[in-house]
Amino acid sequence: MIEVEGLTKKYQETVAVDDLSFRIDPGQVTGFLGPNGSGKSTTMRMIMGLDEPDAGTARINGRPYRSLGLPLREVGALLEAKAIHPGRSAFNHLLFLAASNDIPTSRVDEVLALVGLSGVAKKRAGKFSLGMGQRLGIAAALLGDPGVLLFDEPVNGLDPEGILWVRNLLKGLAAEGRTVLVSSHLMSEMALTADQLVVIGRGRLLSTGSVAAFIAESSGQFVRVRSPRADDLAEKLLAHDSRNVHVTREPDGTLSVSGLAADVIGDIAGSNGIHLHELSIQSASLEEAFMEMTRDSVEFSGELPTAFEERLPVTSSGSRE
Amino acid sequence: MTITITERPNQGGERSAVAVRHLRVTSVLRSEWIKLRSVRSTRWTLAAMAVLTIGIAIIAGATIPGRWATMTPAARLSFDPTKVSLRGLLFSQLVIGVLGILVMSAEYGTGTIRSTLAAVPNRPLVLAAKTVVFAAVAVVVSEVLAFAAFFVGQSLLTSPATHATLGQPGVLRAVAGGGLVVAVLGLFALGLAAIIRHTAGAITAYVGALLVLPIVIQALPTSINQPLGKFLPFNISSAMTRVHATVGPATSFSPWTGFALLCAYAVLALGVGGWLMVRRDA
Ligand SMILES: Nc1ncnc2c1ncn2[C@@H]1O[C@H](COP(=O)(O)OP(=O)(O)OP(=O)(O)O)[C@@H](O)[C@H]1O
Ligand SMILES: [Mg+2]
Repeated sequence: MIEVEGLTKKYQETVAVDDLSFRIDPGQVTGFLGPNGSGKSTTMRMIMGLDEPDAGTARINGRPYRSLGLPLREVGALLEAKAIHPGRSAFNHLLFLAASNDIPTSRVDEVLALVGLSGVAKKRAGKFSLGMGQRLGIAAALLGDPGVLLFDEPVNGLDPEGILWVRNLLKGLAAEGRTVLVSSHLMSEMALTADQLVVIGRGRLLSTGSVAAFIAESSGQFVRVRSPRADDLAEKLLAHDSRNVHVTREPDGTLSVSGLAADVIGDIAGSNGIHLHELSIQSASLEEAFMEMTRDSVEFSGELPTAFEERLPVTSSGSRE
Repeated sequence: MTITITERPNQGGERSAVAVRHLRVTSVLRSEWIKLRSVRSTRWTLAAMAVLTIGIAIIAGATIPGRWATMTPAARLSFDPTKVSLRGLLFSQLVIGVLGILVMSAEYGTGTIRSTLAAVPNRPLVLAAKTVVFAAVAVVVSEVLAFAAFFVGQSLLTSPATHATLGQPGVLRAVAGGGLVVAVLGLFALGLAAIIRHTAGAITAYVGALLVLPIVIQALPTSINQPLGKFLPFNISSAMTRVHATVGPATSFSPWTGFALLCAYAVLALGVGGWLMVRRDA
């Protein structure tokens, strides 16, 4: 179990983590989601006792990291920055970690086999590809067979096969009753891997809950309508049911209508003699829902022309004209 | 992919199979020893030290008998065969400094420090273990090289040149002490690296203290450079390896006073380094 309470970290003027509180329970994969620079890595470093918080506490199994007896036997972590000397072999990297926590050398061979690096165990880590380096980091995390695991962007640099492997690994670890916290800035990845979500933006907690609930809440559908008499149509649609219908005028002149089914919109247009050039059902993807949620808290967003900021671009799942 | 993990995960930190449930000093020492021996830079720097120290002893020893005839009587009289054969230790001081720095700074440069501190969150323990392991290696290597340089050098200092034996007064101190100075300077460098954390920065500071500071102090008026110069590692080391007493007022501390001062520098650097390590984010 990981508990974070009122965690705050400032770097000069930047507030990297801002009064963050959450609890991560065992037995499930918890996705730690946030845009770039939202403070995920900083939070994880504070949980690991590597960075000192300005305020608040982080505890693992009820205790601060620094008071754990044999830390690697309780917590395993893959941290964002490669924490590996390029001149040291994979075997020796794991060996010195194992030695410090009285983990038998046989376990080093075991985790190397587990991540598929047995063949290159004696090779210098500097010669490793990004994916191999990531696997070595995962091996280090698993070394002490810990009950709590933290992975900071573990799929970074992995090919699809590697991503699938990590996904199954995380699920397997959680199924064994371990606490698994995995950070990502990709909602779509978390939707496939995680059971629970902790979403942060600008260091602040935005949302927590199950992935299923998040999906149900946020993947709202709407209908895109294109018409030469868009304004007239918008008026008629709103007149139909002003309470539930929501019409947004997009920069390209189309209408995004929510709260009305496509066939009803078609009927209303038809009965008012309004021509339609497009009538398509759109569904906002999870990624868009995530972007919507974190929009106000994105640290480094590309400069968009103001007109386009009215609405986020959506991908079409219906037919285009 | 199935995951085979032999032991059950420990939920509440409960673990009955393991008798000792805290970090052991011997385990942390072993871990640091594995780290030190598993990177090439260790072997390369130690090899460079050996080549320079012995090589310079050979060059000095081999050329002096031939030059003896052209040396002034005063030069012959003040000829210090021990000191001449230990000249290469000055280069050893530079090289061991680089190794001492790398032991610490490479951890920060490569990010290994995060793995290290995740495994051993007790930072003073990490620094202490590093220091002990490095000190052991540094003392053994420096002593072996100092004695090797001495014996190789003396064997080449054939007649008409004079040569020294370990039994003569001050010679054993010069050789053994010369080696110890090298080792302590390595520890001082390790401490500097714990403070500075960047390889290039720490090497600059170390070389500055060893070689640049003497030049700067030399440029000052005598009234200032005399009392200040005594505190320089260069002069402390020079006093240690000198067997023949110099004429005129003492420009340096006695060998062991100087050595104690050098140890104090190392302790200070390591102490400040350790203090900063606890206070700073990894
Ligand atoms: N050591 C540091 N010194 C100064 N600022 C820092 C430091 N570490 C992080 N920051 C700042 O803190 C904020 C949070 O950074 P952090 O790396 O935790 O974000 P993140 O969520 O992990 O981002 P990403 O998805 O890009 O990995 C950023 O604004 C970053 O610039
Ligand atoms: Mg990050």
